Amino acid sequence: MPNHLDGNALAGVLSDVFTMDVTAARGRCGSCGRTAPVAEAMVYPDAPGLVARCASCDHVLVVVVTAGERLVLSLAGLDAIDLRV
Amino acid sequence: MPFATRGFSGRRGQADTRVPPGQTMVEKWPVLSAGPTPQVETRDWELTVQDETGTDHRWSWDELHALGVEDITVDIHCVTHWSKLGMAWRGVSLDKILANVRSEHRYVMAHSYGGYTTNLPLEDLLDGKAWIATEAEGEPLDPEHGGPARLLVPHLYFWKSAKWVRGLTMMPDNDPGFWEQYGYHLYGDPWKEQRYR
Repeated sequence: MPNHLDGNALAGVLSDVFTMDVTAARGRCGSCGRTAPVAEAMVYPDAPGLVARCASCDHVLVVVVTAGERLVLSLAGLDAIDLRV
Repeated sequence: MPFATRGFSGRRGQADTRVPPGQTMVEKWPVLSAGPTPQVETRDWELTVQDETGTDHRWSWDELHALGVEDITVDIHCVTHWSKLGMAWRGVSLDKILANVRSEHRYVMAHSYGGYTTNLPLEDLLDGKAWIATEAEGEPLDPEHGGPARLLVPHLYFWKSAKWVRGLTMMPDNDPGFWEQYGYHLYGDPWKEQRYR
């Protein structure tokens, strides 16, 4: 049984941070350069945070941690996010 | 705040002095993973300890076991609020592995197959406090639980017990590992609830 979900699992927590739906945006992997909707990433929810990885090369694209009353968000694994405004 | 992670069920309200604050006892061993499970054969497995001179000290699977495997029974405390008490492990003490590694550095970065990292003080790996574990509950360590070998540092939250361990690197400063750089505590003492920075 796969232990990951698709990138739509990020929608709830990212909607607390961004006004636009980031899961509908196209993101470019900082490792392999694959450009795809964030919703196509592989999200591992059974961990101390949410970890989204590139569906092509497993590179960590997004990390979300609720650290007590703080939310720590890293998008460092994405070279770019292409949002429709 | 909504958060799409699955909770863990267990017995609440137990007044067991072995259970740190904020923890709930479980019987079944939960699987936590931040990525795909590496499949590492024991014939390919290797542990590398790198000191500050850049020298690599290496052990194959057989060389690790030749150092001497011991039985360990310890309580495990995960930062996601579950505790599993009295777990039976087998592994090799870090005291034996590090016996001939000389280092002036005070910190260690543990590295795993798959890219995971976590930072620890060197002193927390010594004096009978840490092992390279290869068996749990009478069975070889399953890949989903970190097999063939994982770090076992039971006095700290379980994210410090790196699954699929492949190396330890001595370092002069307490640089953060994977979860630590995203807000988790640099040390992680469950009895002080050191979950976040």
